[in-house]
Amino acid sequence: MSETSAQPAHVHAPPEGFWRKYVFSLDHKVIGKQYYALALVAVFTGMFLSWLMRIHLVWPAAKIPGLELMSKAGAPGGIMTPEYYLSLLTMHGTLMVFFVLTNAPFAAFGNYFLPIQVGAEDMAFPRFNMMSFWLTFLAWVVLMLAFVIPDGPPIAGWTEYTPLSAIGKDAGPGMQWGASLWGISIAIFCAASLLGALNFIATTLDLRTKGMTLMRMPLCTWAWFITSCIALLAFAVLLPACILLILDRHAGTSFFIPGGLVASDRLQPHSGGSPLLWQHLFWFFGHPEVYIAILPSMGIVSHILTNSMRKPLLSAKVVIYSMMSIGFLSYMVWGHHMFLSGMNPMSALAFSFPTLTITIPATILTLIWLGSLYGANIQINSASLFALGFISMFVSGGVSGFFLAQPSIDIYLHATYFVVGHFHMVMGVASLFGVFTGTYFWFPKMTGRYMNEGLGKLHFWITFIGTYCIFMPFHYLGLVGNIRRYQSFVDDFMAPYIPLHKFITIAALITGAAQFIFLYNLIYSRFWGKPAPENPWNATSLEWSIPSPPPWNNFGDKHPVVYHDPYQYGVKGSGGDFVMQDSPEPVTGNGD
Amino acid sequence: MASTTAPAVVPQSGAERASRSGIWVGIFAITMSFMAFSSALFVRQGSLDWGHLVLPSILYLNTLVLLASSGTFELSRRHLEFHTAGRVGNSGSGVAWLLATLALGIAFCAGQFAAWQNLRAQGFYLATNPNSSFFYVLTFIHVLHVTAGILAFVYLLGRLTMGNGLVRRSFFDNTAIYWHFMGVLWLYLLLLCRIKL
Amino acid sequence: MGKLLGVVLVIIALVSAYPILKNQYPLPEDISTHGHLIDEQLHDTMVEAGISFIGAQLVLAFFVWSFTGRKPGSPLKNLPGGARALVIVAFVIVGMEVLALGAFGQKAWASVYFTPAKADSLQIQAQAEQFAFYFRYAGPDGKFGMIHPEKIDEGNQNYFGLDPENDVAARDDIVSGELVIPVNREIHLMLHGKDVGHSFFVRELRIQQDFVPGLDLSVHFTATKTGKYEIVCTQLCGLGHYNMKAYLNVMSQADYDNWFKQQSAQ
Repeated sequence: MSETSAQPAHVHAPPEGFWRKYVFSLDHKVIGKQYYALALVAVFTGMFLSWLMRIHLVWPAAKIPGLELMSKAGAPGGIMTPEYYLSLLTMHGTLMVFFVLTNAPFAAFGNYFLPIQVGAEDMAFPRFNMMSFWLTFLAWVVLMLAFVIPDGPPIAGWTEYTPLSAIGKDAGPGMQWGASLWGISIAIFCAASLLGALNFIATTLDLRTKGMTLMRMPLCTWAWFITSCIALLAFAVLLPACILLILDRHAGTSFFIPGGLVASDRLQPHSGGSPLLWQHLFWFFGHPEVYIAILPSMGIVSHILTNSMRKPLLSAKVVIYSMMSIGFLSYMVWGHHMFLSGMNPMSALAFSFPTLTITIPATILTLIWLGSLYGANIQINSASLFALGFISMFVSGGVSGFFLAQPSIDIYLHATYFVVGHFHMVMGVASLFGVFTGTYFWFPKMTGRYMNEGLGKLHFWITFIGTYCIFMPFHYLGLVGNIRRYQSFVDDFMAPYIPLHKFITIAALITGAAQFIFLYNLIYSRFWGKPAPENPWNATSLEWSIPSPPPWNNFGDKHPVVYHDPYQYGVKGSGGDFVMQDSPEPVTGNGD
Repeated sequence: MASTTAPAVVPQSGAERASRSGIWVGIFAITMSFMAFSSALFVRQGSLDWGHLVLPSILYLNTLVLLASSGTFELSRRHLEFHTAGRVGNSGSGVAWLLATLALGIAFCAGQFAAWQNLRAQGFYLATNPNSSFFYVLTFIHVLHVTAGILAFVYLLGRLTMGNGLVRRSFFDNTAIYWHFMGVLWLYLLLLCRIKL
Repeated sequence: MGKLLGVVLVIIALVSAYPILKNQYPLPEDISTHGHLIDEQLHDTMVEAGISFIGAQLVLAFFVWSFTGRKPGSPLKNLPGGARALVIVAFVIVGMEVLALGAFGQKAWASVYFTPAKADSLQIQAQAEQFAFYFRYAGPDGKFGMIHPEKIDEGNQNYFGLDPENDVAARDDIVSGELVIPVNREIHLMLHGKDVGHSFFVRELRIQQDFVPGLDLSVHFTATKTGKYEIVCTQLCGLGHYNMKAYLNVMSQADYDNWFKQQSAQ
């Protein structure tokens, strides 16, 4: 698929009027910002929920001010009930995985920058793009409704295993309408994500400008492209699963519910269904989903690190092939979430093998990042600090995967805090660091102003040290057998570890508070930040060749022509030690 | 310049190529979803309460209707005018064949509805047994997708008969691809239901 | 500030590794025949993970220290060997290590799952429900009675839905809230889920297995030390999940026989 030489009439007209400009916009940049705003709301909500959970864990009898307002039934007198803890846990996971980690690094930054980075005027299908954001927003509204209904949000975790999630109100509080709202919300989210993935793929394949071969696309574009291929398959499987779950809950079918169940002293009127079927369908989506969460951040970090180091990565091609391998392998490992689920024990080994194999491309990536730092000229700023921090976090989160990939060890570590530590470090921290890196780096392009560097660095240090303080101890707790998804630790053996849990809670409160520095910085800088030039980082990719913020059709009436890959750093360029992709000047000494 | 024969099928401009990629990507996603439903069916089939369902015979008529509609669509392609600017205009019996396609598409949906009525009359509802559950789910979701295709026909016909009477060539081609896929998908589902249910 | 990051990375790496090196979070004592395989595997993995973790963080720290804040005009260098060397390292060293872990690691898995329960193992049925475990023994007749879900009556303590009036085999079944077993005897634990998903976990036994409603699952194990050990539920099952526990009571054969006789007499 070669690049097109000329683009015909504009993909859409220039926006007129308040609604078309700011609300129902067809402009990928506005849509990207809308996704980002939604992710911000979701992440602060999710963080707030995690504060409530952490406080309750170490001070179970505490009267939390205001909690009774959130839910009279869930926190009478401000004291959290066990079921409400599980509701908060479920909503925390659902919000964070779907509305933050799929939205921010992928939908937000990808929507904003992919078309620009390939030299296009907009995404291939602007109307679908707008629909995909507003469907995501609708999904979020439906999910949040679970907080206001009397029975409260569901208590089955973001994984909503059946039969707990399927038999309805006999399963417990929140499992009547709360769980249904969850199913409907996620089904809508799936449809929205499919539309989004469609756009990313078509735009990358067909709307690249002249000279922009696939290999000349920036690494973050590659990451978004690979992620959208993964997302297409993954969400296409979760959507049917949610539909079948909703039918089991409301239409009396038995896809996931076997016969002979007695819950709340009532014989459940279902038979023949398979709880494992839900797990297979869910994790067939769920595992690729976590790679959807991390790959864009890997791409963003690679892109920004190259710029910060003033030197190309040792091999962009290797990075691209590694990301592709991760994407491909991600579809073969889902059973590692189900080692102890009762599926055939032979298949546990079959799933373990590709899971361990994924270590290879992940290691290649880490070694390339590390190895590229050698001999570089690293510029330290908020963006690069978070990029370097990402590498540290990815290593930390990744090595705990060695343990969990082995079924033998999983016999002991499954469902302990070890697992919680693992996925929080890779998803909750590393992936989020990619979002922070991207924000500090691209803010000047999106707004024409710098973010405050001092505040950015403060944000980095507290977050970097804070997240280590929170999540590293989770691994130790897992080793001694601290079980997850417990609202309280009633075992005698846990008593000596409560002080560690208190330490974690305090670290979480402090680290969470530091995120308000970031929020303040975002809002303040948007309006009063120091004005930034068009290319403040002396970067090479196409987004830095257009004004800040870009005009509605990105490149004005010119269509950029690309002459180089985006890794021309450390060379003699007309503007300094770099050559931009659309600069016709030759690069001496480097092939591209 | 208008011509009566269709020029090369490969789209030229970026937007046209993107819409072609888009339709194939969309078809791929829909296929994956039906694969998920199929795998659910295979797993569920392993349990003891798997009864036997007699497929309503109208399904076979519906199949012919749907396949015929693909045929009438291709016939309309032979009669419409293909302009070099990537536009399609009405000529001769083009719109008539499209109307026939639309009618056959609606007839298919009506026929599926009749099949559901037939099953209900026999006492097979959504939750009666897993066979019926899958039958209703698979056929209903397929009909939903067919309806989307029908809406595309309504749009096509609207553009061809009103205003300047032109519609984008890429839209026409992509609708064709989507519609033929609906037929192929239906053949697969019919086979699945016959063998498994 | 780059130098500071380098220093902080070293501190983080060492502080994180310290509790592990000092074994401050030891695994609970192993009271099973197969558990040592898991513990050895875990230990081997910890060594490899530890080397990778500390190595990577220290290399990152060193490179960040060395290559930030450089004098303007300092020459850029490339790592000797370049990308190719790193790819080879990843494939060969990491690939081999990791796959070796997998290959050797399956010993523990195989010992739990690929060997069937011995013919003379003691059969006990475990039922998990919201929010308790109950255990059923076949009684002196050696036969388990049928389970009738519609007959389950928590109020009358008929947790399993037994029908002793019509079912001879059920009459002598022993139902206990505690899993009482003799030491050094293989137990074949059959897992029955009554309502939703649960899981059986005894840390000291190094046994964990989900209960899946509708599926007949089982595990087998042999306890090597007497004592009381906690059984916890590890699959989110509802509001009482955190408190869903029972006790594994490993007794000497003599004590167990006494207990069994006492229970049968009731």
